[in-house]
Amino acid sequence: MWKLLQIELYKIFRRPRTYISFAAITALIGIIQLGLKMDGQAYVDFLMSSLKDNFEFDGQILNAYLVCYIILQLLLIHVPLLIALIAADMISGEANMGTLRLLLTKPVSKTQFILAKFLAASVYTFMLLVWIAVFALALSIWLFGTDDLLIQKTTYVVQIAENDVFWRYIGAFGYALLAMLTVTALGFFLSLFADNSIGPIVSTMSIIIIFTILSTMTIPLFQKIQPYLFTTHMVNWKEFFDEKVDAQNVVIPGSIQNPEKLLNSAMVLVLHIIGLVTASVIIFKRKDVLS
Amino acid sequence: MQDIIKVTGLSKQFSNIKAVNNLSFTVQNGDVYGFLGQNGAGKSTTIRMLLTLITPTEGEIELFGLNLKTHRHQILQQVGAIIEKPDMYLYLSAYENLRLFAKLSGVHCTKKIITDQLHMVGLGGRENDKVKTFSQGMKQRLGIAISLVHNPKLIILDEPTNGLDPQGIADVRNLILHLSREMGKTVFVSSHLLNEIEQVATRVLIIDKGKKIVEGSAAELFDPSQTIVEIDTLDNKQCMVLLQQSSWQQYLQPQRSHTILLKLHRNSLPDLHKWLVQQDCALLSLQPRHTLEDFFLQVTSGKQYVEAFTN
Repeated sequence: MWKLLQIELYKIFRRPRTYISFAAITALIGIIQLGLKMDGQAYVDFLMSSLKDNFEFDGQILNAYLVCYIILQLLLIHVPLLIALIAADMISGEANMGTLRLLLTKPVSKTQFILAKFLAASVYTFMLLVWIAVFALALSIWLFGTDDLLIQKTTYVVQIAENDVFWRYIGAFGYALLAMLTVTALGFFLSLFADNSIGPIVSTMSIIIIFTILSTMTIPLFQKIQPYLFTTHMVNWKEFFDEKVDAQNVVIPGSIQNPEKLLNSAMVLVLHIIGLVTASVIIFKRKDVLS
Repeated sequence: MQDIIKVTGLSKQFSNIKAVNNLSFTVQNGDVYGFLGQNGAGKSTTIRMLLTLITPTEGEIELFGLNLKTHRHQILQQVGAIIEKPDMYLYLSAYENLRLFAKLSGVHCTKKIITDQLHMVGLGGRENDKVKTFSQGMKQRLGIAISLVHNPKLIILDEPTNGLDPQGIADVRNLILHLSREMGKTVFVSSHLLNEIEQVATRVLIIDKGKKIVEGSAAELFDPSQTIVEIDTLDNKQCMVLLQQSSWQQYLQPQRSHTILLKLHRNSLPDLHKWLVQQDCALLSLQPRHTLEDFFLQVTSGKQYVEAFTN
């Protein structure tokens, strides 16, 4: 299994296409950081305009933590496309090249083969998120410095103390990894049914778009199915940036307002991953390799 | 002789199409087994079932005396294969491709072994070039190197000369002979090109529409001295009666419709012609079918010639 995983990783990271995602992430984050560095104060003033009449702010609102939050909000919607580029190509790409049949004539277990492929795609997803973390957080810390994180929610403002933020980002990236692994599993599953990667990539994105629309529409019919859609839970990394308050309405440092919701969402995502990977193994074992 | 491949009652149904229909054959140790059939005859499906790429609908496959279903891993360690065309990772070099597939085959190859293997198939000096820069012939050679890298006992080649130029075809032919004669490998090679099989095979199986048409040694099937003769006269019934009453009777073959078939040595043809003229048979044609091409075409379009050959 380890040998198969090594081979799969070798193939992924020797392929030029893999680095498109890393380059795209770098460019996107770079553009956002540049924009905020050059004209970020105007952006912050716009965001906080409705609060300025009631609150007085001091300190550095535009700091690395806010920049990273903005980047994550913008980027985590688009990252699934970059993940689908690789995950949805894992089997269909091999079928397209004709290498799938050659691989399967070698003395390797089909179950181990498919699991190694999924793990390799998961490692790629993990690397992509680490890359985002390094650029969005580490580089921002270097460029903007740190201070308290101020986030405007729909009906209230959250202020998280500077020394209480970093672990939340670790948690948020961990959760985002789970969300992106669900996309990986979906793309991977769909790649079983095609002989070229275009179909599975487009299908993965279409499902995400349709499910995201269903997840956000406040129509009773759709609201009934929303808890079962993985897209409903993918955005819940934001829960890490909401603090609990005590009876006196004082913030409890190091707390999360709704850990049950976070745990429940994480479970739904894990179940999706397990379900999709199990289905992939069962289908692949029975599949006739014709291409 | 040990049976390297033993296939019994093998069938594969794809929705409405029966690609392989109750196929049985055996390949013995040291054979170069030619697997002949027209495009779409079921050759590739059979080969994919031998390599576990396709699950049979019915039937049993044993390789090296082991059941393929239960001993897949053990069996595939001893098999090298090229299926239809040599597909590999175009963005990797020849060396990287070969090393990758060697590792998958469970073989740890040193740089020298891999380089030597590439030299053996004529790719010396190109080991660091990306496969995307290779011609079809070079890819085929690399494919052969991949199939041989783990020193398998059985080599399965599905249409190995597809897309090759005459020199490439000759190279593959020589390689098959080298593998069989010098290295003692058993080779299972499929093709729709008869002359290729004729030049290398020791045993031959011809299939059509998924069914076995004929199996036998190459010497039996391709004996150029034995000729099937098709006679056509104005009155075939009368001619047949005359033949049955003559010494030619021993050469007569079972007939279908009004065709008269005789199997005899080609040196006897002038005498047969003379006799038919003497009998006033109103001869329209006397057509020898002695080429392999004729044989194959007849085999795959109608069975009477096969029955004549095999009776």
